[in-house]
Amino acid sequence: MGMATATAVPGRTADLVEVRDRASVVRRVKLVVVFALVALMLLFFALGTDNPTVLYTLGERISKDAPATEVNGQVLAWGSLAVALLALAVAALDRVPRGAWGVALFVVVGLAFFTGFLVWNYADQDLGRPLAMVNPLPGTIRLATPLVFGALAGCLCERAGVINIAIEGQLLMGAFFASVASSLAYSAEMGLVGGVLAGVAMAWMLGIFALRYQVNQVVLGVVLIAFASGLTAFMLSQIPNDPDIKKYLNEPLVLQRIPIPGLADIPVVGPTLFNQTLLVYLMYASVFVVTFLLFETKWGLRVRAVGEHPKAADTVGIKVNRVRWQAVLLGGVFAGLGGAYFTVGSTGSFDNDASAGNGFIALAAVIMGRWHPVGATMAALFFGFTWTLQAQLQVLDKIPGELLRASPYLATIIAVAGFVGRVRPPAADGEPYVKS
Amino acid sequence: MSDKSLPDGDGKGDGEVLTSLGEERAGTDPRPDTDVEHASLASPISWLPTVVETVVAVALALVIGAVLIALSDQSVIESMPSIFSYPQDFFGRSWDAISASYAALVKGSIGSGGAISTTLERSAPLICAGLGVSLAFRAGLFNIGAQGQLVIGALLAGYVGFGWSLPAGLHLLVAFVAGLLGGALWGGIAGVLKARTGAHEVITTIMLNFLAASVVLYALSKDTFQRPGSDNRLSPPVDESARFGQVLGTHVGVVLAFVAALAVWWLLERSTLGFELRAVGINPDASRTAGMSVPKVYTLAMVIAGGLAGLAATMNVLGHYDSLSPTMAGSIGFDAITVALLGRATPLGTVFAGLLFGALSVGGVAMQASAASTPKELTQVLQALIVLFVAAPALVRGLTGLRASGSDSAMMAKGW
Repeated sequence: MGMATATAVPGRTADLVEVRDRASVVRRVKLVVVFALVALMLLFFALGTDNPTVLYTLGERISKDAPATEVNGQVLAWGSLAVALLALAVAALDRVPRGAWGVALFVVVGLAFFTGFLVWNYADQDLGRPLAMVNPLPGTIRLATPLVFGALAGCLCERAGVINIAIEGQLLMGAFFASVASSLAYSAEMGLVGGVLAGVAMAWMLGIFALRYQVNQVVLGVVLIAFASGLTAFMLSQIPNDPDIKKYLNEPLVLQRIPIPGLADIPVVGPTLFNQTLLVYLMYASVFVVTFLLFETKWGLRVRAVGEHPKAADTVGIKVNRVRWQAVLLGGVFAGLGGAYFTVGSTGSFDNDASAGNGFIALAAVIMGRWHPVGATMAALFFGFTWTLQAQLQVLDKIPGELLRASPYLATIIAVAGFVGRVRPPAADGEPYVKS
Repeated sequence: MSDKSLPDGDGKGDGEVLTSLGEERAGTDPRPDTDVEHASLASPISWLPTVVETVVAVALALVIGAVLIALSDQSVIESMPSIFSYPQDFFGRSWDAISASYAALVKGSIGSGGAISTTLERSAPLICAGLGVSLAFRAGLFNIGAQGQLVIGALLAGYVGFGWSLPAGLHLLVAFVAGLLGGALWGGIAGVLKARTGAHEVITTIMLNFLAASVVLYALSKDTFQRPGSDNRLSPPVDESARFGQVLGTHVGVVLAFVAALAVWWLLERSTLGFELRAVGINPDASRTAGMSVPKVYTLAMVIAGGLAGLAATMNVLGHYDSLSPTMAGSIGFDAITVALLGRATPLGTVFAGLLFGALSVGGVAMQASAASTPKELTQVLQALIVLFVAAPALVRGLTGLRASGSDSAMMAKGW
């Protein structure tokens, strides 16, 4: 739009250039401030370390296969600082590239920060047996799994123009029925089927009220969460405590880890990605499938069309509400799988409020990822990572546990306010389509 | 716009029973968006003609609740295998269970003076927090953060209440103001971020909820907040001098809730700020063009919304003498969203919705204690169903044969 105006009206080009210039100045200032802060923190970490010897292991815990190794933290800490200073210099000279290289720079600086942060955390331990740094990535993937599934459900619905705030409700119902199905069938895999069915049932409710009865979709989402939370609590209270009956209803088998032969033996990457449960592998596939469906297929083009401009889509013969139904129900499949994580995917029995706000985080991930499945997945992984790290650092007691607990949410607010800023939802998100 | 019958794409092939209803609706009542938005600005009590529909919606929810009660009753379940040989057994026992439960529900919530005052005290925070959510809704903001605002308000009110010692009247006033400020601060953060950076309020309020929970945990781990002699994370209750007085068997906070509703009504319908708020809620771009400061409206709306949630917090802390604990807010903040939605984001509607929800939640406890021992979670299902049916007038009309009442109920901000 801006470019078109610029070429059409040569006299106004100067204005546009100035506007873009201001934006890039803001970007430069932001980058300098961020990198300077990172460098300062790293300096603090490096100076605050007395006994720099740090133990680490590439496994999730110390074992025969993954023995603890000593490393000189001083080298790591100052090295990280050097990287941050380099990035600061690049930013100050306004030479930070855009696109993939820019992202790469951010990743490198982020890694440097975490290295310095971890060294500072694990150094100077006065415990009897020093704790070793462990690989946080397998935990990251596990904790991110329900978030990714929930976010995929959100993306699918909202790309089609149906607001889905009810992810939390879908997860809850999925968790409950996954537990029941797994207990009844004495099979964890059947639990996944139960979760999917429950997720689709919730999606059907979303569809029938949003698409047929044109209920305000924000209202609907909130109500469906309350409904799911009440109904699961009600049903749970109906399951008798008698162990003979309970074992058929809420004592599910739990999915076991399946190491993928060959791939699971790759150091670091193997245990992270390829020694997980079936549900996690399904998650990888789902991200790929949803991205492919939305952006590479005719169906995906239709979904995005009805989400952006239903009238135009209708004009060229796309059945708006049919496509929306398909997207909503498919979303239900993923949300149900995400719900199954909380029972058959991790701890087993269903308990009240099993999803513990994960659906809300998934909703935030959808928005942070700008309604793109890959972006939303990245946001979900970010939460998984901070949660895992928080659990690991809690023991060290270097930072107050409550501050650590709050850090993912604080980081999200800062990231959203400082960098994501205004986001643009699909244009027809939340608007029922009535053919006139 | 022609009165053609149902378009192909309008969800054919799902829910066969209701297809004809959908056709009729889509055909005769195209309801362009502009009309809906216009209605919400012009007439604040546009829901009045829909009172019948609301009553029907409640009745429908009660019917579904009755089925759940019957299914949760042991003696009904036992009579089920012989439903064909002795149907009177099954229906008789179902009737007993349902009537016992609902009788307990009514009796427990409004059956006696004590029950009514409990209901009022339970409703008051729901009304206040619901008003906060409503107000933000009218400004086009989806405030999921009532929970966090309430928690921070409770923390500050409680801290002043038991941590400081001041003369009797002043103590109450300072604690009260601290509660309001705490909520306003927490709401204001989301407002400022939205106004200055465009950060989506749904994300920030969700995160602020989690953040508030961490703040409370942190505070309660400190000695200042710890109740002497307790191993749990529990604060002492507020001092005698910082407690609400009693009026007619309830604390003054209940009166304040109604005053707050009146104030919000005045603010929305009679003040310049309220006009700007509604205008921004309907169309921020047009409001900007008309010379209003959209960032200012966003910030103020969230500050006031947070203050109202803080007011809700003072009800529990100063009125009910609740101790601070990690679970002190329960789910008031989230129920408030449902209350606001049921009240269609109008002050009067929010008051009624809050009273209904308060009554259901108090009655639910009585229901669990009744002969039928229906789980109190049922009331949560009832609440959700009521809102669902109220929000779907087309469904209610289809099931009952009611005729469309001119304009559909006006709702608030749709979409992000």
